[in-house]
Amino acid sequence: MTVVQHIMTIAAVALGTMLTRFLPFLVFPAGKKTPRYVQYIGKVLPGAVFSLLVVYCLKNVSLLSAPHGLPEAIAIGVVAALHLWKRQMLLSIAGGTVCYMLLVQLVF
Amino acid sequence: MKRRALKAAFPHTIPIMAGFLFLGMTYGIYMGSLGFSFVYPMCMAMIIYAGSMEFVTANLLIGAFNPVQAFLMTLMINARHLFYGLAMLEKYKIPGLKRLYLIFGMSDETFSVNCTAQPPEGVDRSWFMFFVTLLNQSYWVLGATIGGLFGMVLNFNTEGLDFVMTAMFVVIFIENWLKEKDHTSALTGLGISVMCLVLFGADGFIIPAMGCILLALTLLRPRLEKGGEAA
Repeated sequence: MTVVQHIMTIAAVALGTMLTRFLPFLVFPAGKKTPRYVQYIGKVLPGAVFSLLVVYCLKNVSLLSAPHGLPEAIAIGVVAALHLWKRQMLLSIAGGTVCYMLLVQLVF
Repeated sequence: MKRRALKAAFPHTIPIMAGFLFLGMTYGIYMGSLGFSFVYPMCMAMIIYAGSMEFVTANLLIGAFNPVQAFLMTLMINARHLFYGLAMLEKYKIPGLKRLYLIFGMSDETFSVNCTAQPPEGVDRSWFMFFVTLLNQSYWVLGATIGGLFGMVLNFNTEGLDFVMTAMFVVIFIENWLKEKDHTSALTGLGISVMCLVLFGADGFIIPAMGCILLALTLLRPRLEKGGEAA
């Protein structure tokens, strides 16, 4: 990508972000009722999107060739274990990342 | 008036300062490891200001040029902000330019403070919310800039650092999983995403996956809404 394409990509993301933040204030002036469908999607969409994002992060992991996604699986296990144990977001992220870096640099 | 609001706002942002400086720096270092100058994370922190989306954008910037996909992905990932907006319609009903900045800077963390924190007696509410928003974004921009500078000069082996994004989304996923009573949506999202990844491949699965998720959730509405009311 060229620098101009970088700027256009960043602008597209910024525009999308601003749209999600400003739209409710433009479409639903305070006091007016939000459609039920919109309320429903708002409640259930986040759960599905977080799943999509985890899959997106792992999209280039190949299960068929070595190391068969093993470093990712171990590191995700560490993140989950740390998080269920301490419930400290930063600790879980840092611990899992350090574990993954050690695995791909030293073990696999 | 502004000084008092700033003083009242600051303590509410301290926990966020720690998180934003840490994640912001990691994001900056990550951008550096991808070969970007610190100007990128700094500007992206100022203009986009949506943490998880900035990590995703870093990935988009090293892939093929596709601004439409970038735009659509942003809409899906940041769709939750729509509902923060709906929740803040009344609170953010204040005159002037402050309002525009409050809406622009409504990240997850800023939303949670402004939605729940009560400014002390005699402190102007709109300035209080303004400073909460401004301080939080400053931490993020500062973290991203410092991280970006580090990323350019530090010479340690950053292989595997990109896992920070995976770890972050896994944590968010777990948090959401523990909070929700019905896992249908999370499991639907997981199933559809994996299926689309297999069918369309790593470079083309996002948009079909988003479309299928929206469709599936719409079709599941009778079931999920009934469950939601019982919960």
